[in-house]
Amino acid sequence: MSDAIIRFEDVTKRFGPLTVLDKFSFHVKPGEKVTLIGPSGSGKSTVLRILMTLEPFQEGTLQLDGVSYHQPAGRGPLKASEVHLRSLRRNVGMVFQSFNLFPHMTVLRNLTEAPVAVLGMKRDEAETRGIELLRMVGLSEKKDHFPSQLSGGQQQRVAIARALAMRPRVLLFDEPTSALDPQLVGEVLAVIRNLAHEHDLTMLLVTHEMRFAREVSDRVCFFDKGRIAEEGEPEHIFTAPREVRTREFLQSVLAG
Amino acid sequence: MNWTHYLMPLLRGAEVTAAIAVASTALGAAFAFAAGIARVAGGPVLSVVAQVYIEIFRGTSLLVQLFWLYYALPLVGISFGPVVTGIAGLALNIGAYGAEVVRGALKSVPDAQHEAARALNFSRGYTLLHVALPQAVVEMMPAFGNLAVQNLKDTALVSLISISDLTFRAQQLRNLTLDSMRIYFLTLLGYFAMALVVSAFMRWLEKKLRRGAAFPRGAHG
Amino acid sequence: MMYGFAWDTSSPLAFAVSILPILGIGLIVTLEAAAAGFAIALVLGLLLALLRRSRFKAISWPTAIVIEFIRDTPLLVQLFFLYYGLPIFGIVLPAFLTGALALGMQYSAYTSEVYRGGIDAVPRGQWEAAIALNLGRARLYRDIIVPQAIPRIVPAMGNYLVSMLKETPVLSVVTVVDMLNLANLIGDRTFEYLVPLSLVGLIFLILTMICSAGIHWLERVLPKNGIALR
Repeated sequence: MSDAIIRFEDVTKRFGPLTVLDKFSFHVKPGEKVTLIGPSGSGKSTVLRILMTLEPFQEGTLQLDGVSYHQPAGRGPLKASEVHLRSLRRNVGMVFQSFNLFPHMTVLRNLTEAPVAVLGMKRDEAETRGIELLRMVGLSEKKDHFPSQLSGGQQQRVAIARALAMRPRVLLFDEPTSALDPQLVGEVLAVIRNLAHEHDLTMLLVTHEMRFAREVSDRVCFFDKGRIAEEGEPEHIFTAPREVRTREFLQSVLAG
Repeated sequence: MNWTHYLMPLLRGAEVTAAIAVASTALGAAFAFAAGIARVAGGPVLSVVAQVYIEIFRGTSLLVQLFWLYYALPLVGISFGPVVTGIAGLALNIGAYGAEVVRGALKSVPDAQHEAARALNFSRGYTLLHVALPQAVVEMMPAFGNLAVQNLKDTALVSLISISDLTFRAQQLRNLTLDSMRIYFLTLLGYFAMALVVSAFMRWLEKKLRRGAAFPRGAHG
Repeated sequence: MMYGFAWDTSSPLAFAVSILPILGIGLIVTLEAAAAGFAIALVLGLLLALLRRSRFKAISWPTAIVIEFIRDTPLLVQLFFLYYGLPIFGIVLPAFLTGALALGMQYSAYTSEVYRGGIDAVPRGQWEAAIALNLGRARLYRDIIVPQAIPRIVPAMGNYLVSMLKETPVLSVVTVVDMLNLANLIGDRTFEYLVPLSLVGLIFLILTMICSAGIHWLERVLPKNGIALR
């Protein structure tokens, strides 16, 4: 798998005495759509948070598009410089469970702030593109509203547009519908479903929406105790899982 | 002498009090932001410097600080006039209290906001200035309002380093007339009125900022 | 020379050491003033808090205005008001007591709010539960409300004690011979203010650090759920 864009090799991540990822190895090809499922606390979200450089890890190596999370000088990923981390982040975007929009900025400003401040884009250009992205998520008429004036589903759609405005090659979704009322889940999933058709975009999705996972993923990974216990095409995982734990998990989720 | 004879001198003193209060509050706010930000995001050296400043000025008495600046500092060759000394002393003192407010408000900005900023690849400085501070400032306002009133009251102490503020004028009048009750009651009323104005202004500012955070006009321009 | 103490001005350190005993005398006055002022503030503040909570608007409203007035005006002017004003009514107190009274009055405005805040912070449900159990008014306060308010009230009061301690030097203005007054006297005699004033600052710094540590300790040991009286 030399063409992988994401390469975790024997990554171990501990929170104090708790081992969240245990010699975790995981490769993702460019453009691949991978869903991570599993019980809470099994380490799925940690994978995304490490990729987004929100968490350091203790052992192993991680590469994004051939660039190591360790700094070349040999300092570990725990101590990588801000410059190095910022160069890594250029390729990654993230959609959070609780949206994390900036409450003091308008919807459009939420979308234009980073392209202008980080990518050095002209404000007009960023706004044109921002409006385009808002149209894509069906919210162009809300551009001058503030996040607090939107429903949860609308906020999450804005958050997706905000992440896309930075043109990431890898987009991470950390339980994007878990904080939403059930009737608002659909509109957000619809936006993600459209994105899944983007050929170039690599997507990692942590979700409890099993039917949706089955529909959009190229590959589904079942997490258990800091490792991938089973992975494969959605058809295989959802209809004929080999592992007992996978079966039990799916039964519990689908029953609930 | 009757009430009206006291008014003019007291009003002239009140003018000085108001000017000193405004100047020292503004300067104090600058100190508060500088030290508060240094505490939260200043790196090891700046953070310790800020902490020492905060501890010293919060841990000692304002009057001692004023006397120290006014009487002791000139002995090592550093001397300003009473007005500059008074304003600087008040500002350093209230700024140290304000710094703790700034620090608390900055720390109360949710981690999620910092994570979102990181996911968008904002630099640390940009995150502080454009993500954390605008949200934190709103939270600082009630405490800043109390500190502004506190600082107004504290200005009375500059009368003791020979600035002719409201309290100084009251003392002069009393020594002249010995009509203590009326003079000091008028003086207290004067401070009370100014404190009400300060409180009202700070509440107005807070409301404006709060509305600004929720619905600013022309937020992207 | 003052009060029989000799000062050695040969070096700053020697000077500091030689004036330490006399500043110690001032420190005791400072501490006494803070203690007396705080005692007054605790009692007067409770009285104001109770009046403020009165069901009769004719009582609660004027009380609110008085509290606001005291809180929004400078201690120094209040001190002058009492120091020069009380004798007019035939009340002649030693400067120390007038000072303690001024401190106590100013801080009663703060402590009344602490009492009120502490009591108001007890959840509504606790009051309702007590009513449902048909507890009398005295029992309601003694057994239910006050015990739960204490963990909030005590640390806040501690913080005001520290603030008051730092304001005691103001009393030197009306001839109370506290640390600052003595430091100024020493300065006037020797034309050397830097060492005495710095020393006073240092002593205050140490005092407030000790007090803050004490308050943190109190916050830690006071049970969050309240303290049953008796």
